[in-house]
Amino acid sequence: MSLDFDTASPARSRGRRAEPKPDRERPRSLTRLDLKYSPYLYVLPFFVIFAIFGAYPIVYTVWIALTDRSPLNTTISFVGLDNFVELLTNDPQFWNAVVNTFGMFIMSTVPQLLIALMLANALNRRIKGQTFFRMAIAMPIITSTAVVALIFSMIYSRDFGLVNWALDLVGIDPIDWRANRFASWFAISTMVDWRWIGYNALIYLAAMQSISKDMYEAASLDGASRIRQFWSITIPQLRPTIIFTLIISTIGGLQLFTEPLLFTSGSGGLSGGSQGQFQTITMYLLDVMNQRFRWGYAGAVALVLFVLIAFMSVVNYLLARRISSDK
Amino acid sequence: MTTTMVRPPASARRKKPADHGSSGEKLFKATPLTWIGLVAGVILSLFPFYWMIVIASRTNDAANAWPPPFLPGGKLGENVERVLANADANIVTGLLNSFLVSGTITVATVFFGSLAGFAFAKLKFRGKNAMLLVILASMMVPIQLGVLPLYILMAELEWLNRMPSVIVPFLIGGFGIFMMRQYAEQAVPNELIEAARVDGCSTWRIYWHVVAPALRPAAAVLGLLTFMEQWNQFFWPFVVLADPANPTVQISLRTLNSAYFADNSQIFAGTLIATLPLFVVFIIFGRQIIGGIMEGAVKS
Repeated sequence: MSLDFDTASPARSRGRRAEPKPDRERPRSLTRLDLKYSPYLYVLPFFVIFAIFGAYPIVYTVWIALTDRSPLNTTISFVGLDNFVELLTNDPQFWNAVVNTFGMFIMSTVPQLLIALMLANALNRRIKGQTFFRMAIAMPIITSTAVVALIFSMIYSRDFGLVNWALDLVGIDPIDWRANRFASWFAISTMVDWRWIGYNALIYLAAMQSISKDMYEAASLDGASRIRQFWSITIPQLRPTIIFTLIISTIGGLQLFTEPLLFTSGSGGLSGGSQGQFQTITMYLLDVMNQRFRWGYAGAVALVLFVLIAFMSVVNYLLARRISSDK
Repeated sequence: MTTTMVRPPASARRKKPADHGSSGEKLFKATPLTWIGLVAGVILSLFPFYWMIVIASRTNDAANAWPPPFLPGGKLGENVERVLANADANIVTGLLNSFLVSGTITVATVFFGSLAGFAFAKLKFRGKNAMLLVILASMMVPIQLGVLPLYILMAELEWLNRMPSVIVPFLIGGFGIFMMRQYAEQAVPNELIEAARVDGCSTWRIYWHVVAPALRPAAAVLGLLTFMEQWNQFFWPFVVLADPANPTVQISLRTLNSAYFADNSQIFAGTLIATLPLFVVFIIFGRQIIGGIMEGAVKS
């Protein structure tokens, strides 16, 4: 809904004061230039930055992935799809990273969104201290993932950790959270969830508040229970929001990096545990890039990661659309 | 996408009863289960912060005790001094760098975002919709995709281990432009712009004197969110700031954690220092931040 400034009509210029004629010629052409070109000037900074630091690197990645470029190679040769073929058919470590990433992605995203939904539903009730509850639940958002990872690393420490202490209270033997694949996934998933549940809950809450009250009134007149109302009204009405949070979680979850990196102290962080039991795709990407200096190969890893993210976003979108429109 | 992402002052909408149930039915009544869930949520949200203070205020021996400590000790000052003096982690440099990086990016994002948002919302020019599409698409692309060429580019610019590498690429992003555009469409009446135009204002003066003041509430929220996001950046600084002599504060934390003998009370003192600025921001502007997140939901 923008105004059509190019055709400033006489009807609009009622308020214009009569100016002496000679002065008008120059300002007018300046005004025309201003009208025509200033919008481009205002959007230019984004496009300059994006072209140099966004679009160009992406295009260049495609090119690099087709070469054997490395700081160790004096000459760069074109290798075609070799990197992709090796990556997809002959690289168990890459597939290990893919499995880890998806495992942790699912283990964190499902409870994260479910708990967020329940929390939002509770926040949507008439309660005293609304502001307090919202603030408290939003608090984890202000911390960095690095801080979260460090705190939880200690909570999950084998010898003196809080979780093992609590398990000990109920008679369960301590767990070595870093040694076992499933245990490490669980630990890392809880880090992700702790930071993001509040964020998702607030987004769901905002959407819940815009659902018309009449629907709930009608449903409760018909005798529908609270739980029935939640599944038959709230969830379907939240569909676009659920899709939004699913896609955001997919983009974030498949890029998982900081939490597993800082889960181990010491310098070998990028390898994700002694057997790579929690090495993610992004960690593997940096491993290939900065430890093995195979730049062309790293380009292929980056592209495959991107394809996976795009693919999963579409899958999530279709799933979410189906699930709630069947109701 | 016609709804605003940020509506005028969040405080104006905070009247509780208006949200639901003015007619007093029991539709949205809280049950005991609601309270149990909420209290559990609050405890789980806040406990790690509390525990951060507990460990940061104890000796390392006490931090690594069995059973683990649950009450704060008296060594906070000592631990903070130790971490500030830790020559490997350079946390003071890290703090200053983080302020520089986050501050510069915040100012730039708000300025460029409002300028472009104004253009997209209120000015007419050829290719507008295509440009908006590019901006939207740019928000979906993860940084990992271009990380390698970006790294090579930084090396060629000789920005590795220097702050421009973590500032310049983020000076303006798609999110800021979108947010400002949504807000400008609603908050700035076309008549006002028209009137200013008739009075002979240039586009720039319209922006500066008419649009920018009207965008202030959205600018505040965008600024807060941008500052928080940039302060907490880890992945890209980890890639380009490998030299521990010139880190951001998050990279300092990583260096602390890389020590052969993990000194947990020192690490936690570090996390406390790194989180403190955001604590302050959150305590002062918590409502705006929450409002900004809640309006971030796409409601089309």
